[in-house]
Amino acid sequence: MITLFLIAWPLITGLLLFLSGEESARKLALVSSLVQLVATAFLFFSFQSTAETQFLVDWPWVQSLGIHFKVGIDGISIIMVLLTNLLLPFIILSSGLNRYDKSNALYALMLIMQSALIGVFTSLDGFLYYIFWELALIPVYFILLLWGSNRKVTVKFFLYTLAGSLFMLAGLIYLYTQTESKSFDIDAFYALNLPAETQKWVFWLIFIAFAIKIPVFPFHSWQPATYTESPTPGTMLLSGIMLKMGLYSMIRWILPVLPEAADHWDNAVIGLCVIGIIYGAWIAINQKDIKTLFAFSSMSHVGLIAAGIMAANVHGLQGSLIQMLSHGINVVGLFFIADIIYKRSGTREIEHLGGIRSKAPVFATLFMIILLGSVALPLTNGFVGEFLLLSGVYQFNAWYAAAAGTTIILGAVYMLKMYQHTMLGDVQTATADFAEVTLQEKLVLVPIVILVIAIGVYPKPLLDISAPAVNHLLEQMNSYTTYLR
Amino acid sequence: MTALIVISLVGIATLFGGVFNWKGKTLWLAVAGLMATLVLNFMDWNTSYSYFNQMVKFDNYALAFNGILLTSTLLIMLLCSHHYRNVAQNMIADIYGLIIFTLVGGMLMTSYSNLTMLFLGIEILSIPLYILAGSNRADTKSNESAMKYFLMGSFASGFLLFGIALLFGATGSFHLEGIKTFLSNNPSSANNSMVAVGILMLMVGFLFKVAAVPFHFWAPDVYEGAPTLITGFMATVVKTAGFAAFYRLFSYCFADLSGLWVPLLSIAAVLTLFVGNITALYQKGIKRLLAYSSISHAGYLILAVLAMQDQSDSALLFYTAVYSVSTICAFAVLIAIKEVTGTDSIESLHGMARKNPLLGIATTIAFLSLAGIPPLAGFFAKYFLFVTAMKSGYGWLVLIAVINSLIGAYYYLRVINSVFTKNEQAEKIELNWAYNLVLILTALLSLAIGIAPDFLVNLI
Repeated sequence: MITLFLIAWPLITGLLLFLSGEESARKLALVSSLVQLVATAFLFFSFQSTAETQFLVDWPWVQSLGIHFKVGIDGISIIMVLLTNLLLPFIILSSGLNRYDKSNALYALMLIMQSALIGVFTSLDGFLYYIFWELALIPVYFILLLWGSNRKVTVKFFLYTLAGSLFMLAGLIYLYTQTESKSFDIDAFYALNLPAETQKWVFWLIFIAFAIKIPVFPFHSWQPATYTESPTPGTMLLSGIMLKMGLYSMIRWILPVLPEAADHWDNAVIGLCVIGIIYGAWIAINQKDIKTLFAFSSMSHVGLIAAGIMAANVHGLQGSLIQMLSHGINVVGLFFIADIIYKRSGTREIEHLGGIRSKAPVFATLFMIILLGSVALPLTNGFVGEFLLLSGVYQFNAWYAAAAGTTIILGAVYMLKMYQHTMLGDVQTATADFAEVTLQEKLVLVPIVILVIAIGVYPKPLLDISAPAVNHLLEQMNSYTTYLR
Repeated sequence: MTALIVISLVGIATLFGGVFNWKGKTLWLAVAGLMATLVLNFMDWNTSYSYFNQMVKFDNYALAFNGILLTSTLLIMLLCSHHYRNVAQNMIADIYGLIIFTLVGGMLMTSYSNLTMLFLGIEILSIPLYILAGSNRADTKSNESAMKYFLMGSFASGFLLFGIALLFGATGSFHLEGIKTFLSNNPSSANNSMVAVGILMLMVGFLFKVAAVPFHFWAPDVYEGAPTLITGFMATVVKTAGFAAFYRLFSYCFADLSGLWVPLLSIAAVLTLFVGNITALYQKGIKRLLAYSSISHAGYLILAVLAMQDQSDSALLFYTAVYSVSTICAFAVLIAIKEVTGTDSIESLHGMARKNPLLGIATTIAFLSLAGIPPLAGFFAKYFLFVTAMKSGYGWLVLIAVINSLIGAYYYLRVINSVFTKNEQAEKIELNWAYNLVLILTALLSLAIGIAPDFLVNLI
């Protein structure tokens, strides 16, 4: 039932928030998200570390078409639930930096989005999953439309992702028609054993939706502009949580459902991911705008996660899970920092910034730690994930791993270069009276810094909780592929 | 059957409302009559009686579609009094009467089991509609619309009649039963040119009536010229009745001869989808946009006729129900906007979210539903339709329909974006209670059917 609570609570509070006043909206949203976080903590402690799906709710919905309302949590989805519910309070807190017109609607949409995201991460019925997948798109569309700075970009983003989703829908319907019991239940999908030839084309129907959402090269063209033009909470929701929908879905809906196809296309997909890793990093090096730089850097990092998933081994999958969490934390921190810099100096252009450290040393230090997490320095959260991911890709193919390893090197190049230009050096006119972090900003940045270090030093609980589910999934995959051969 | 008699009597009674000058009471007579008919209609559920020597048969299929027709008409009727407030009281009674007579024709089109009855139904539906299209007498566009509709409609009726005659010549029967038996007993009749031409002529006639490409040319002008309310009526009730009749005939009688007409109908579906959606992209007025959107929805509906599978009648029913509800919501918005701002350009919606939140929300829900975005009903309707088409092996058509849903989403989103565009002069807009009622009802239905689709899916 706790799964149900996690889906229903933000939805209900979100809808109620539409009716509240603008002043109290942020506080109410924060309270709602903290309640959700407490519930998540409770979930975490009552979760048994086995491969079993727990907290299962299974109600018939449209019985004649084999559609159920089936949600549950296993070791893989629990990490995603944690990610969503952990980041949302930060995103809400950090939105206090700007004044948003009609802010109650903004927070309401954020909470509704949270509900849809939890739905995506917990649903075990293909149709329900698709509904939540699309439902997550509507609030973020309105956030971008109403508070973003460019409508064309928003519409492009919406149509791009909708295009992917519709192909996925066609794929899911096809899978449904192939099941024996005419059901959307994920277990029915697992039991499909489609012929390899069929799997190969169904794979692309479904994968294209994920590839766009993640985004994997060459489906990324919506991303940088959308991230840059969005209001900061929108960017955080998109990069911190929403793109993980695509990554998670690869683990849940592709690997075990179409194992043969995943095996067949792994070279192609990992190849695309590696291209995206290098391409994203390469463009990031030449970026003048901090927010755009973070956007491309995010694309580069996410490419590695996707590659690790397609490598389909223990390290790759474990690494992808922990890196999804870490990436979410880091990226929210980084975009918040970009927002603070913009708010104080009126610009995000690297060349107009400089010497911030001499004005705001605490701010610069906090930024440094988050940045180090992002470039995967040992003992930070980024290191654990990227190390496991690279090891996973290495087991798949050493050359790919060598190419993918450039994320770490190139990442250090553009991040440190940007840091050097903005934080160090001479004070510029834009940064002449750069104020130190306020208490409210510390409330966001300090916990993020603590998480960056804590996960980097002691990732074991997270790895332990997901290990049985990952192993189970891999066994399942291998048994099907051997069965087919 | 009682439902049909009662609604016909109500139609005649409303005409007396004009003669004896009952004023506002006429509307209530019509509304009460429609509600009573709705109840009577569903009291015949599961009886499947035939009347007049098997001329009509009220099976569940017919009753369910009649339910949609009645509900749509009821909703449109509620909008009538304010929309026609400038029209003389004795004339508005005529309009109520004509709308109800159109509905009677529609109810025969869903329940016929004899081709002459089909023809009668279509004519009973069409003739009042020609008058209704021209009911805005002072407006030349409305007159033009009536004229065009009349000419093209007669043309289509000619096709239908010719088709019926040829089929009668080949099979010796007007009865669906008789035609079906003849065709299945004589498999070689596929080579009989009289049968083939007859079927194709019937198909052309139907495609005319439901405004499918390449027989759609009349639709945009007629839709634009007719009074907005009547356009809404045509786009929902007439289309629903047309498809109910189309499906009833083709799935029942001509399923065995699918080789004859399926390839042509598939081409018509593809063309309808692309032409309707792509042309809609370039429209500046909401009314014309809805006209093309209605053409494109005919394309989706053809998929149900093609699928011919045990669930495709349910899919057709579901789609027409959802499409009708969401379209009526969109037309109610359009009517309200046009009254307030005097234009129907997409820009006239600017700032609507502030000026009248209900109107803003209703527009958003209606257009998201038409675009097929979950969790709204339009999504489930599309989904259900695609599943049935896929089960019958029309995967390629589903892919084309998917691409078209995407194009559709673009122009529907344009309307929604406009609602949320800021507008400096944001004075509040007050609406007539009837508009508010219809907006709330249709928006809620568009949402509720999407969340709990089970009932409608299992209805027939």
